[in-house]
Amino acid sequence: MSDLRGIYALWYREFKVFQRERSRLVASVANPLLWLLIIGGGLGSVLSFGGINFLSFLFPGILLQTALFSAVFFGVYIVWDKKIDFLKEVLVSPLSRTSIFVGKILGGSTDTIIQLAILFVFGYLFSLTNIITGISFTPVSVAVAISFLFVTTVGLVSIGLILGSQMESPEGFQLVSSFLVTPMFFLSGALFPINNLPGWLTPFVLANPATYAVDGLRGTLVGLHQFNIGLDFLVTCIFAGVMILLGTYAFRHMRL
Amino acid sequence: MPLIEITNLCRKFGNLTAVDSLNLEIGEGEVFGLLGPNGAGKTTTLLMLTTLLAPTSGTAVVNGYNIALQPDLVRKSIGIVFQDPSSDETLTGYENLKLHGLLYDMPPDLREERIAEVLALVDLLPRKDDLVRKYSGGMRRRLELARGLMHHPKILFLDEPTLGLDPQTREHIWDYVKKLAREKKITIILTTHYMDEADRLCHRIAIIDQGKVSVLGTPRQLKQEVGGDIIHLVAPGCNPDRFRDLPYVKNVREDDDGISITVQDAARHLQEILKVAGPVDSVEVRPMTLENVFLHHTGRAIREGAPEGSWADKAMQAGARR
Repeated sequence: MSDLRGIYALWYREFKVFQRERSRLVASVANPLLWLLIIGGGLGSVLSFGGINFLSFLFPGILLQTALFSAVFFGVYIVWDKKIDFLKEVLVSPLSRTSIFVGKILGGSTDTIIQLAILFVFGYLFSLTNIITGISFTPVSVAVAISFLFVTTVGLVSIGLILGSQMESPEGFQLVSSFLVTPMFFLSGALFPINNLPGWLTPFVLANPATYAVDGLRGTLVGLHQFNIGLDFLVTCIFAGVMILLGTYAFRHMRL
Repeated sequence: MPLIEITNLCRKFGNLTAVDSLNLEIGEGEVFGLLGPNGAGKTTTLLMLTTLLAPTSGTAVVNGYNIALQPDLVRKSIGIVFQDPSSDETLTGYENLKLHGLLYDMPPDLREERIAEVLALVDLLPRKDDLVRKYSGGMRRRLELARGLMHHPKILFLDEPTLGLDPQTREHIWDYVKKLAREKKITIILTTHYMDEADRLCHRIAIIDQGKVSVLGTPRQLKQEVGGDIIHLVAPGCNPDRFRDLPYVKNVREDDDGISITVQDAARHLQEILKVAGPVDSVEVRPMTLENVFLHHTGRAIREGAPEGSWADKAMQAGARR
């Protein structure tokens, strides 16, 4: 396939930029660590769910939070590319729109996965030093958790790219994306268990694809889950698949 | 068989008709200039020919492929240098070119060879590993030119290729464009609002005004058609109409600083003109230029168009990214 080099080109660009913007990496890892240690540590002194300390309960939620914010936010770069003519340079190349979309997903997912990997390492270190207890870091649990995060990230990057392809200004992108990301985060069960919610809240939580990612991650890492982990994975995959299809469509019809 | 065939091409933005029933044929190996003021529809035409913008109506065939039906094949045949900055400034010059080589599916050996070739051409070899952010506006422009040439396209589109460049660099780029057309047989379509650029580079020129071709021909033809030389008089109190009936006068225009009279042969008729004019403060004979041709056909000077942000401004804006 002659588009492989082109897909690599787009990934190469995103990766180089990511490497050069160290401050972005530091901020994107420091922020979730603050959430984990301060909210988790603070509430953890009085809270536990299903026999699991809140700090451990929160860790999978924080992983999802990082994926959510980092991956969706990645879409803003396409708005910037539109403001200068860089996007035209890519669009006028022989690369198909679908391949451009795939290259962008890979680039954005790499950024997010690196951040998540760093958080994983911190989680492991906290585990070793008994700051967090009760998280299982076995090869299998880590592999399953990473699979969940990868599929979720791909779906979320697609959301960001779809938004970015439709927006004209970075400011507009920020507004619309936070309008989407914030409820997805709060309704995902990242911060609280979802088995005892008031009835009016439940449909929103169930309709949120992030709920299943959190449930799967928490089931894998701390052994607490509402749904079958296989079902969680299936829903997450369907979510990512639908987003990829929508994104491909959005890129084909993107206007300059 | 022309390499590019444009048929009734139209593009509207709301009520504004940017390109209005454009018809053109451009042959293989030709350097073709779209000359016109800012806002004449040159860039819009280029964007349609490069498949980045869909026409409102009409069509064009580029290298045998229809721009609406076979955009992928069109894109494989062309290269373009955009008017606005389109390089990534968080990457180095070399990395931007490598990216381009990858996008055009060039094998590594060929890619490296071409990168070295085009970098040498635009004198950026010593700066290739600097971030584009650290480049001057002119260097950035040169890099983007190098990039457009890198994959040796069959047709190369240049949108205002020397906008904002110093005279030395302009000469350099003009020489290279000529060489490309001559040795590699690349067909080049350029837009410009610099008359001297069109005159120096183009085999044929279409003067575009308000989305339409107002005149088409070789620079020589165009100049000859309008004819002769221009006698410029500064003569307060002299009525320009008194020259209109003279048989050898082709055109009379009054401008801010005097009267411009287009005559067949200035050397022969200067004395008679002066006699008709009466007392004058100054007189000057100017050779016919494309500037005059443009004026003649559109009734306006080319720089009167709506000002656009300069290239340097856009480069600064782009700097605010990330």
